[in-house]
Amino acid sequence: MSILSVKDINKRFGGLQALNAVNLEIEQGTVHAIIGPNGAGKSTLLNCFVGRLEPDTGTVTFDGKSLLGIQPHEINQAGVARVFQTPEIFGDLTLLDNVLIPAFAKRDGAFRLNGWRSAGRERALIDRAGEMLADVGLGAKAGEIAGQLSRGDKRRLELAMCLVQEPKLLLLDEPTAGMSRGDTNNTIDLMKRISERGVTMVVIEHDMHVVFSLADKISVLAQGAVIAEGLPENIKGNERVQEAYLGGAHL
Amino acid sequence: MSLAPERRDLIVLVIFAAVVLAAPVLFKPIGAGYPDLLQKFAIYGIFAIGFNILFGLTGYLSFGHAAFLGVGSYTAVWTFKLLSMNPVPAIILATLVGGAFAAVIGFISLRRTGIYFSILTLAFAQMSYNLAYSVLTPITNGETGLQLNQADPRVLDIAFGRDYGAVLPSSDLFGLDMTGYPGFYFCAVVLILCFFLANRIFRSPFGMMLRAVKSNQNRMNYTGLNTRPYALAAFVISGMYAGLAGGLLAVTDPLAGAERMQWTASGEVVLMTILGGAGTLLGPVLGAGLIKYFENIFSAFNEGILMAGFDFLPETLQHAAVAVSSLFVGEGWHLTLGALFMLIVIFLPGGLMEGINRLVAWIGRRGGGGGGEAPATAPQTAG
Repeated sequence: MSILSVKDINKRFGGLQALNAVNLEIEQGTVHAIIGPNGAGKSTLLNCFVGRLEPDTGTVTFDGKSLLGIQPHEINQAGVARVFQTPEIFGDLTLLDNVLIPAFAKRDGAFRLNGWRSAGRERALIDRAGEMLADVGLGAKAGEIAGQLSRGDKRRLELAMCLVQEPKLLLLDEPTAGMSRGDTNNTIDLMKRISERGVTMVVIEHDMHVVFSLADKISVLAQGAVIAEGLPENIKGNERVQEAYLGGAHL
Repeated sequence: MSLAPERRDLIVLVIFAAVVLAAPVLFKPIGAGYPDLLQKFAIYGIFAIGFNILFGLTGYLSFGHAAFLGVGSYTAVWTFKLLSMNPVPAIILATLVGGAFAAVIGFISLRRTGIYFSILTLAFAQMSYNLAYSVLTPITNGETGLQLNQADPRVLDIAFGRDYGAVLPSSDLFGLDMTGYPGFYFCAVVLILCFFLANRIFRSPFGMMLRAVKSNQNRMNYTGLNTRPYALAAFVISGMYAGLAGGLLAVTDPLAGAERMQWTASGEVVLMTILGGAGTLLGPVLGAGLIKYFENIFSAFNEGILMAGFDFLPETLQHAAVAVSSLFVGEGWHLTLGALFMLIVIFLPGGLMEGINRLVAWIGRRGGGGGGEAPATAPQTAG
């Protein structure tokens, strides 16, 4: 069953056709990788899913509802969480608060004026946030200020912030960009565990090691159009894909 | 260190209340133990606590909060004129009207962030000032300021058979005159309540969201949170605090003038908050106290006092010392304040509270130094 359905979307920036009649079906419970050379339109496509960009034409339907024309916070409340290329976290707050905030957002909605009861009394949520941090390997750092973490740890924290909301769909924009080999492998393991819980994921990635370790299905984007789609083993041998990646370098 | 945050908050609140209530005795040695000045400490403390909920938590720097202070004062004086000389309805209405004004100005100003937000609030405050000063003279009595009149209707007072006769009335709480110490204690109790409420907000999930607004609005949006109503709620709450403070100014001295809304007054509360420590609970109150102390004590220094102070020096040196230092007192007290502000912003960006915290940590390390090696490693990890 398809959870996210993208039909015929086009996006033009001035003279550049960034997305050209893109169709995409994301199956529930799968890890779907979107790969392609720089400038292929991968991030533009992802931005169309979360309300950051509005496609010129076409539809984006998530879980039966259109995601177009609504605010980013409404899209998240519908069950879509996003991890950014550069980790977006609350740098001045503690790790625990970083995870508590999305937990409150999930429970209390987009806005609630709960200024009386102390956050310290929300034992159930605090315990859950603590478990989430432990789950991504940051349990011992719960009281530290998030801005001081290494890049790999920030990424893990951002994942914990998304996972505490139990999203139906998790979007990841180059989750291992700029990471060391060790951090990359840790992140792959973590994402595998997340996937095993049944969270549907869309991953944009350059690192083919990451893609082929994780993806159930791959779509290849080049110059704003999907040029190939299928199982990882089919994509590996696809000629058009190797062409798109310049000179047919072996994947 | 091992105290639970809620317990620590309670202790801070109790100490805060004790210091405020004992202020007339505690501040006597530094020449501030008289009700007129103590009232100002309390009232501007309330103003700064409220401002800090906006600026300290969400990071939105408003340069127009004096407008809400002024609106609160006008509302309170009109309440005295029309309803009753009792301060309670006056401050309740001042709070509500201050909040309503803040809702309108905040709704428009919060469409922008950063410097553009600050400029919008500044523009609104200057518009309010000009409206009060000239255009709305029938309501504000223009440059003379809004005053009480023997012929005011005071319908509630009349209904309850309270007659002030031929004298100009002053505000009173069921017969207790709101001048002198009763006036101060009225403000002091309100200050303690305001501090308590701010403390609750700081520790609540709502307060956490306001900090998130300051930290990363983009992440907030993609986390399912609507940042706009959070920022607006903080703006309105701080406007209500300002309205309340304006109302209390009118309670202790039933007069409202447009100069209360001028941009210098808006700038003053920014200084108070930064001086004391933006984002901290106690900082704004400290900053407000310090600035009002300087304004009232340093500005009262004159050459006679300075001559007496430098009496121990030979005569020529004494004259030179007085000539230099007199620049910094009396009319020149702003110069002292400016120098102090610069020193604090450069060396203690977290304000006086950062200084106090560093001092406490330093004393803690020295005090624990006899115990063994453990405290010696603390400064390294902290650095």
